[in-house]
Amino acid sequence: MSKLAGKTAIITGASRGIGAEIARKFAADGAKVVVNYSGSQEKAEAVVADIQANGGEAIAVKANVSDAESVKAMVDETMKTFGSVDILVNNAGITRDNLMMRMKDDEWDDVININLKGVFICTKAVTRQMMKQRAGRIVNIASIVGVMGNAGQANYVASKAGVIGLTKTTARELASRGITANAVAPGFITTDMTDQLTDEVQKAMLEQIPLNRFGAPEDVAKAALFLASDDASYMTGQTLHLDGGMVM
Amino acid sequence: MSTVLDRVTKVIVDRLGVEESDVKLEASFTGDLGADSLDVVELVMELEDEFDMEISDEDAENMATVGDAVTYIEKKQA
Repeated sequence: MSKLAGKTAIITGASRGIGAEIARKFAADGAKVVVNYSGSQEKAEAVVADIQANGGEAIAVKANVSDAESVKAMVDETMKTFGSVDILVNNAGITRDNLMMRMKDDEWDDVININLKGVFICTKAVTRQMMKQRAGRIVNIASIVGVMGNAGQANYVASKAGVIGLTKTTARELASRGITANAVAPGFITTDMTDQLTDEVQKAMLEQIPLNRFGAPEDVAKAALFLASDDASYMTGQTLHLDGGMVM
Repeated sequence: MSTVLDRVTKVIVDRLGVEESDVKLEASFTGDLGADSLDVVELVMELEDEFDMEISDEDAENMATVGDAVTYIEKKQA
């Protein structure tokens, strides 16, 4: 099974968590993968080594997604190494949670810059190449809280709701050039971040999930693979909810 | 060695699928040559490749006609 054979995919924020899982999954399905990271070089290189050990192709490239110049350099390096950019997964994201009453401007700006402006910058940077190719797949990792809201996450929620709107505009602007843009909105996914929550908090979360369990990074990677593959060629501008039924 | 106009004309004919005879200096991309806004962006990208130069977004916005593009490129090459 090689749904992405011959394709090159840039995955932002791929040194850990959901991004790392998407990178491994795409590589296992034949894609040449650019594992983007901003700080965790060792972890990014470990993901690359892991992919190579399984017979895949990957490189680790450092770039801050909110900085247009460093993103351009990443796209240039991708072109030099692999010769095309077929898939972009905008996954890089951060949280700076706080009640709105207490939220500092910096906390707001940091999250919007990485999570929303970063998607704009990376999308813009690959569009030129994808337009020339008359083909491309953009997959944005949003969040279910961008649809339903969440106390204590005004910045994060606004950024993810923004990503969903940006996905729709990207889809409309680029449809005529064979480029699709879709989003995945994960609910509670088990990562290092959620492992730190107390049992009590986890129990309260489970009560909101009809399927009564947390998702795994693998679940998100499978959805991203579908959206990046030819199987989803007639789908654009959509947001897939991967949340165990929290939002219907 | 073909002129700037010849090369610009070829790019336009290839990209927009218009007749060579329609590509006059005064022809506007969107009005006369049927380009939409995305076509114009692509046209500028291809002119950048053809003439191996960078055309800034600001300059690109000021290019409405074939003549604008030819004049801009000739000036930049001089």
